[in-house]
Amino acid sequence: MGRVITVKQALNEAMHEEMRRDETVIVMGCDVGIRGNAFGVTRGLYEEFGAERVRDTPISEAAIVGVSLGAAIRGLRPVAEILYSDWITIGMDQIVNQAAKIRYMFGGAIEVPLVIRAPVGAGGGQAAQHSQSFEAWFSHVPGLQVVMPITPYDTKGLLKTAIRGNNPVLFFEHKRGYEIQGEVPDGDYTIPFGQADVKREGKDVTVVAISIMVHKALAVAEELSQEGIECEVIDPRTIYPMDYDTILASLKKTNRLVVTHESNRRNGIGGEIVSQVIERGFDLFDAPPAIVAGLDVPMPYSRPLEEMVIPSEQKVKDALYRVLDY
Amino acid sequence: MSEQIDSREIAELFPELTPLEAPPDLSTEQQLEMFRKMVLIREFETSVAELWKKNLIYGLAHSYVGSEAIAVGACAALREGDYITSTHRGHGHTIAKGGDVNKMMAELMGKYTGYCHGKGGSMHIAAVDKGMLGATGIVGSGMPIAVGSALSASVLRKDCVTVCFHGDGATNQGVWHETINMAAAWNLPVVFLCENNQWAVSCPYEKAAKNTDIALRAIGYGIPGVTVDGFNPFVVYDVVKEAVERAKGGDGPTLVVAKNYRYVGHFVADDQHYRDLQALEPWMKLDPILRMTRYLVESGVASEEEVEAIKAGARKAIDDAIEFGKRSAEPAPDQLFEDLYAPG
Repeated sequence: MGRVITVKQALNEAMHEEMRRDETVIVMGCDVGIRGNAFGVTRGLYEEFGAERVRDTPISEAAIVGVSLGAAIRGLRPVAEILYSDWITIGMDQIVNQAAKIRYMFGGAIEVPLVIRAPVGAGGGQAAQHSQSFEAWFSHVPGLQVVMPITPYDTKGLLKTAIRGNNPVLFFEHKRGYEIQGEVPDGDYTIPFGQADVKREGKDVTVVAISIMVHKALAVAEELSQEGIECEVIDPRTIYPMDYDTILASLKKTNRLVVTHESNRRNGIGGEIVSQVIERGFDLFDAPPAIVAGLDVPMPYSRPLEEMVIPSEQKVKDALYRVLDY
Repeated sequence: MSEQIDSREIAELFPELTPLEAPPDLSTEQQLEMFRKMVLIREFETSVAELWKKNLIYGLAHSYVGSEAIAVGACAALREGDYITSTHRGHGHTIAKGGDVNKMMAELMGKYTGYCHGKGGSMHIAAVDKGMLGATGIVGSGMPIAVGSALSASVLRKDCVTVCFHGDGATNQGVWHETINMAAAWNLPVVFLCENNQWAVSCPYEKAAKNTDIALRAIGYGIPGVTVDGFNPFVVYDVVKEAVERAKGGDGPTLVVAKNYRYVGHFVADDQHYRDLQALEPWMKLDPILRMTRYLVESGVASEEEVEAIKAGARKAIDDAIEFGKRSAEPAPDQLFEDLYAPG
């Protein structure tokens, strides 16, 4: 039987359980120790596993990522944390030029069991340098895997898979999603990468929603259901690998597609999903696909301006009507 | 010991110069093994330049000629279970750590039998089985990998050390500071070995930093910093050995600056139009192979015949490596995506 927990607890449980299971798992980052991280995600790890395995680091993002990488190729399974994903830019060389490539460029002589966790997402007036989501950047780089779940069940199972895997994983948590509740089973479980989850079945239109947009899409789907419109809401859960089979299977049924993510639209993952689906299933479309994403502007501090940038439920609803009415 | 070097001229240029004299803990065999590896590096690099000009080596290659004493001196202080990280100038480090010249040459020739199955080339040469954790094409980027390797040793209680080779160019990268600071704060078993060849491509170090004494920076991190003659494998060995003992004893990192001078081009086809080639000549008199040859014979460690036999052996090993590389196949199209992701 299951229990209802939050996403934050799901992350915390996954790390506790994996650290108990495998003594090579370590956690490092700014404030992950005694403070339990900025959002309380790592609370209790320091007390249980000690300062050797739960390491508070200097504010040195390049070193946090790069040193974790070095440890990963030499027998540890580090879970590195970047306090806000925006600052991952400082460690970019170590992720893009080292972590993603060294297995390949050394002919498979090493493995890179590295997880980099980072909170993404906007809302709450944190402005331009604390609100971004970079899933498109990292999924562009061959050699990386990008995971972006939003329910407690998916979060726990996917983090365990990430920790047990042997590839560098960017694990993005939406900071407005930490308190989302959901059921998880009592025992150990993992979720394979590359398997989308159909969060709601429907026959009229397919909504591929990423991270926090899954919840907005489900709320809209509930409303439209009152009008007799049934949306199928798909959460890819992993951005790379992306499960196109599930999306295409849904499209076969609905013939209409809306893709939504919070990160800004320009060259974003929405464009990639739409282009892949069109290439593979052009004949399946009864209407042009739509993308509902953040606006292409740095996140403003002002509340009304911020609300304009973040894709709202209303914008998702409008896009659905557009696609349905075509 | 007559080294046939104009001591006044050199003293002005290079006050760090020290006489060659093997420390008492190095046996005759060990000294000859060091010489053998130095010569092997020299022969390898000489052939690489020729093969590049013949288009048998593709892409870029950076020569370790003139720096043999550093890699060989440092690696002589290491055991098999110890690790090193490297730079874009990594052939010397690989050979010094025991890398197989056949697999190295095949790699530079882009062949599947190479260390990286032809996917890395010169700039990503690695011999992980020998503890050589890979060269890198981005200056300074190997630093955190070395510190991570040391962190792993510390957490897993492994009695091993990691030597982080880097150049003077790396010292002005942000990651240099971040990683030395982190390693110092955590007392990790790592030795930062800066090869100060005084040139970052066309930029001499005095243009890149106001304070050219890199070892002094160690004070800022609360760790020992020492400058050593990088043309002398024995003093490099001595200093690295002490730093390794400190690291393994739990006393944390040391910054060793092995100073020498890059009297060859930045890469094999560098015409060096940016500097006065005449000014390189005095430095060439410090060629570590020349000096070691004289030292071994004059000090009676080896006869001239023995020294020549070592050189001939190295030449043959490299000729064989070239043959091995030529005979080897290139990677097949279906191997393009191999090793991109680990299974599972």
